[in-house]
Amino acid sequence: MDHGAPEVTLHVGSLPITFNLATVLTLLVSATIVFIIAFISTRNLQLKPTGMQNFMEWVMDFVKGIIKSNMDWKTGGRFHVLGITLIMFIAVANMLGLPFSGIVIHGDLWWKSPTADPVVTLTLASMVTVLATFYGIKLHGVGHYFKTFVQPKSFLLPLKIIEEFANTLTLGLRLYGNIYAGEILLGLLAGMAGGGFLGFLGAIIPTMAWLGFSIFVGFIQAFVFTMLTMVYLSHKVSKDH
Amino acid sequence: MDSEALEGSETIVNFEYLVLGSSSELINLGDIIATLVIFTILMLLLKKFAWGPLMGIMQQREELVASEIEAAENARKEAAKALEEQKALLKEARTEASKIIESAKKQAEAQREEIVEAARQEASRLKESAVREIETEKEKAIAALREEVVSLSVLAASKVLEKEISEEDNSALIKETIAKAGEAE
Repeated sequence: MDHGAPEVTLHVGSLPITFNLATVLTLLVSATIVFIIAFISTRNLQLKPTGMQNFMEWVMDFVKGIIKSNMDWKTGGRFHVLGITLIMFIAVANMLGLPFSGIVIHGDLWWKSPTADPVVTLTLASMVTVLATFYGIKLHGVGHYFKTFVQPKSFLLPLKIIEEFANTLTLGLRLYGNIYAGEILLGLLAGMAGGGFLGFLGAIIPTMAWLGFSIFVGFIQAFVFTMLTMVYLSHKVSKDH
Repeated sequence: MDSEALEGSETIVNFEYLVLGSSSELINLGDIIATLVIFTILMLLLKKFAWGPLMGIMQQREELVASEIEAAENARKEAAKALEEQKALLKEARTEASKIIESAKKQAEAQREEIVEAARQEASRLKESAVREIETEKEKAIAALREEVVSLSVLAASKVLEKEISEEDNSALIKETIAKAGEAE
C-alpha cells in the first residue's frame, strides 16, 4: 500500500509547486483525445452532415439544450463552448482510468482518470465559480452581484455565503467521489482477478458489470457537472433569480 | 485462495494517493496550474479548430433552412395565386365558349330558317313557272290540235260534199262546231 505518486516539485522562490506527473500526463492525454475527436469530426464540414459531424452536432445540441433549460440563449450562448469542452473533457477523462487503471512503474501509479484526483475536479469547480462570479459582475455590475446575497431576504446572507463554497466543493467532490470510487472497486476486482485462477473466475462477472456501470457513471457525471455548471452560471448571470 | 487474491490486490493496487491531503505537500499547486492551463488551451484550440467551424456551419444551415422555408412558402403562395388565376381564366373561357356556342346555335338556326325559306320560295317560284309553262304549252297544244282538227274537218267535209266551198266560210263554221263540241265535253 505504499505506492506513491510520481511527484516533481519545482521551487519558485520559496513557493513549492508540486506536479503529480501522472495527473499531468492523463490530463494531457484526455485533452489530446478530445481534441483529436473534435478535430477529426469537424473536418470536411457539410451542410448535410454525415458520420462524426452528426455526433458532434448532437453533442452541441445536447449542451445547447442544457444551457437553454437554465437561461435564455442570449445570455447563455457565450457558455456554449465552455459547456461542450467541459462535457467532452470530463467524459473522456472519466473513461481514461477504466482500461489501464493501476499501472505502477517504480512504485508510482502512472495511469488513472485525472478526474479521480480531487485537485483536478476542485480546480474545475473553482474555475466554474470564478467564471460565474466574473460574468455575474460583468453583466450586471458589482452592486447587483452583492445584492443577490441579500435576496430575497437579508437574513439568508450567511446561507448564501456558505452556498457559494458548498456549491464549489460539492461540484468538485461529487465528480471526484464517483470516479475515485469506481476506480477503487475496479482496482480491487483487478487485484482479485490477478490473485489466482479462482479469483479470476470470480472476478470476471463483477468486473464486467462494474466496468459497464463505470462507463455509465462516467458519462452521467460529465453530464451532471456540465448541468450544474450551467445552473450556477445562470444563478449569477440571470436577473430574474 | 481468496485470501491470496486479496493479498495480491494489496501489492498491485494502491489508491492512497487519491485520498484528500495524502500528499506530503498541503496541496498540489502544480496540478491546479496544469489543470487550468490544459483545460483553457484545450478550450481555445477546440473553439478555433472545431466548435467555431461547426457552429458556423450549423448557423449556415439554420439560415439555409429558414430561407428555404421562406422560399417554399413564397412558391406555395405563388402557386396558389397562379392556380386561382388559372381557375378564373378557365371559368372565363368556359363562359366565353358557351356564349360562343349559344350565339353560333342561334346563328345557325337563323341561317337554317333563311335557307329553308329561300328554298321554299325558290320551289314555289319554280312550281309556279312550271305550272305557267304547262298551261301555255297546253293552250298551245289545244290550239294546234284545234287547227289540225279544223283542217282535217274541212278536208273531210269537202270530200263528203264534193263541193268546193270557200275555205274561210267552212273553217269558221267548223271552228264554231268544234268550240261547241269542246264546251260539250
